[in-house]
Amino acid sequence: MRRRMVVVEGSYAVAHAVKVCRPHVISAYPITPQTHIVEELSQFVADGEMNCEYMNVESEFSAISALIGSSAAGARTYSSTTSQGLALMHEALFNASGMRLPIVMTVVNRALSAPINIWNDQQDSIAQRDTGWIQLYAEDVQESADMLPQVYKLAEDEDVLLPAMACMDGFILSHVYEPVILLEQSLTDEFLLPYSPEFALDTKNPMSFGMLADPSTYTEFRYKQEKAMGVALKKIEEIANEFKDVYGRYYGGLVDGYALDDAEIVVMAMGSVVGTIKDTIDELRKEGEPVGLLKVRSFRPFPTDAIRSALKNAKVVVVLDKDISIGRNEGALCTEVKGCLYNTDIRAPVIGFILGLGGRDIPMSTIKKIISKAKLVEKGIFVESEIADLREDLA
Amino acid sequence: MSLLKPGHRGCAGCCDALAGKFVLDALGEDTIVVSPTGCLEVFTTPYPESAWGVPWIHSLFENAAAVASGVEAALKALGKKNNTKIVAIGGDGATLDIGLQAISGAFERGHDFTYICVDNEAYMNTGVQRSGATPLYASTTTSPAGKVSFGNPLHKKNMPAIIAAHGSPYVATASVAYAPDMMRKVKKAAEVKGPTYVHVHAPCCTGWRFEGSKTVEVGKLAVETAMWPLYEMENGVITNVRKLKNRKPVEEYLKVQGRFKHLFTMQGGTEEIKKIQAIADWNVKHFGME
Amino acid sequence: MKLIIKTVAKPGSTRANKTGAWRSFMPVFDHKLCSKCGICAMYCPEGIITRLENGFFEPDYEYCKGCGICANECPKKAIVMVLEGK
Repeated sequence: MRRRMVVVEGSYAVAHAVKVCRPHVISAYPITPQTHIVEELSQFVADGEMNCEYMNVESEFSAISALIGSSAAGARTYSSTTSQGLALMHEALFNASGMRLPIVMTVVNRALSAPINIWNDQQDSIAQRDTGWIQLYAEDVQESADMLPQVYKLAEDEDVLLPAMACMDGFILSHVYEPVILLEQSLTDEFLLPYSPEFALDTKNPMSFGMLADPSTYTEFRYKQEKAMGVALKKIEEIANEFKDVYGRYYGGLVDGYALDDAEIVVMAMGSVVGTIKDTIDELRKEGEPVGLLKVRSFRPFPTDAIRSALKNAKVVVVLDKDISIGRNEGALCTEVKGCLYNTDIRAPVIGFILGLGGRDIPMSTIKKIISKAKLVEKGIFVESEIADLREDLA
Repeated sequence: MSLLKPGHRGCAGCCDALAGKFVLDALGEDTIVVSPTGCLEVFTTPYPESAWGVPWIHSLFENAAAVASGVEAALKALGKKNNTKIVAIGGDGATLDIGLQAISGAFERGHDFTYICVDNEAYMNTGVQRSGATPLYASTTTSPAGKVSFGNPLHKKNMPAIIAAHGSPYVATASVAYAPDMMRKVKKAAEVKGPTYVHVHAPCCTGWRFEGSKTVEVGKLAVETAMWPLYEMENGVITNVRKLKNRKPVEEYLKVQGRFKHLFTMQGGTEEIKKIQAIADWNVKHFGME
Repeated sequence: MKLIIKTVAKPGSTRANKTGAWRSFMPVFDHKLCSKCGICAMYCPEGIITRLENGFFEPDYEYCKGCGICANECPKKAIVMVLEGK
């Protein structure tokens, strides 16, 4: 089938993807760099292209709270946020997940204040990794758009029923203009069926949501959330394949390998930097360097088995993080990868590089520098974790 | 049989339970209730039991109005709104303090729902701490009377006025001690289209320190001393004020509550009581109660 | 007991909890003095005073917490709180 590509802003592609997913309720609050998404959505609504309720709320806390109410009432919901807004939602994120409401949110990744910074890193969504939300990270604009119907299908699956964040790097993916194929309404209607929950706020069948669970029952609710994440692990792969069948595009399920099969040095990362890494690998491979990439697409649920399997033959694992846990001197992906390898036979050293914080650009030269550091590891020369792009003149 | 079922864990003589019962019985089965965290929420829903005979949701402490907004939007979008009433019932802490932002947003957006504040004048569920609704000189655990203090030094936030300033078409005050009046107002608020508000006085025997059997009696004294004016505001204009024929002095109301006892025993207490009397006098003048 | 995952619960399931065990005093209704005004039923926080067919009122002692509001509000003093024997 011939498909038309159009050159649009990343935010437009995502907003369009939301439109074809047919949400019933959208809540919106402005914050850079996600605002364009909610602006585009409001234009669709104003032009009569969407049959939904669009609420301009008075803060992100109310944005997520309104969706909690809407989702409990049986509606498909959407919002978009970033950085400070996501942080403001923190308590409600736990609440939404605990109440098993399949709310979908785009998180346009941005650094956290203080100091205030509007540019991209992944600290915002990483900081919410314990909230019980699914987290998928997109590599480019097409994937960012394509992710929407997939996360709705995943979140609303009756054996999952967890809220989901579709993460995309701020400015890098939200404000860039790229040729994309806009999702077709007809294909999306085929791929994503209407949301029909078993329980909803319905006067014909009254139920109480969000009750008090004392020590005799609380643990089991948490257990069930975790089990649902386990189901999500399988479903992410299945749904990615179903998407391929319907739309013809595939980005990997939980993880995706690039030049991985014979790679000795394996670089791991999430998000848009994956594109830069792929370009770097192409160049290095021409020089015979045995370097490959393991893209991590699903951070929650964490793809332990998939990562263990992919790293079987690695000699050095290099993990890139656009976030840092202050006091641990490591990024989250690095810590979790190390953790998942510990109880296996894989004894390849894992070294972590933190980079791109606050939107600092990541050129291929930075990746090359990192990979040359990785080559020293076999000689026993390595620092377990460090900031890769530190400015010596300011440090 | 009430739509608020027995077996809940409210104190014997609980004002919140009375309020919940009156709201549900005024509105009937076709009602969805949103509760913030608070006494009413906690004592009615210990998993796996729920006292609510209608669909009910509790999310967080500060977001009841936002959650209610979302429920309303969802029912509209799903084409299921019909005559279903959406009601948020929250305590004074959840309403006047931490929930103020969400209420302001919900009222400004004009959702068709009713917010009922059950005002027992402190954060009761956490152990009687002061809130923005705690009246002058009430002793609470965070504004206790002491050697150099007469209790809460701050005035009660005028929430009905704040709501009216948002352009709400119907705002009313009520009391659990005047049940038919309260139910009439709740019903009216739910029937009026747009965001409406009823502020209900709820004497709490545990927090205000009086016998549980006196809940209604104390509530009546609040009204009869003009400490709690009963009125309606329709499109910003005060209407239907309950007038007082033989207004009682505030001492009659204060002396039956443990939270004001210190005013009768401390030196200078009598002078301070005059300031409370001044509040009652102002109410009479402002609302035209005599 | 199967956990319903959304922390939902069936309406009115608190009826399994018999709060009548809480009380020390119980209200005794004297129908000879009662004027059938219904104020007792109106102001019962548990909602467990019901009107009988003959128009008089009766509390459900399985749930009555003995708060005494009914006795305090009865205009005819037809309800008396009595210390309950063991």
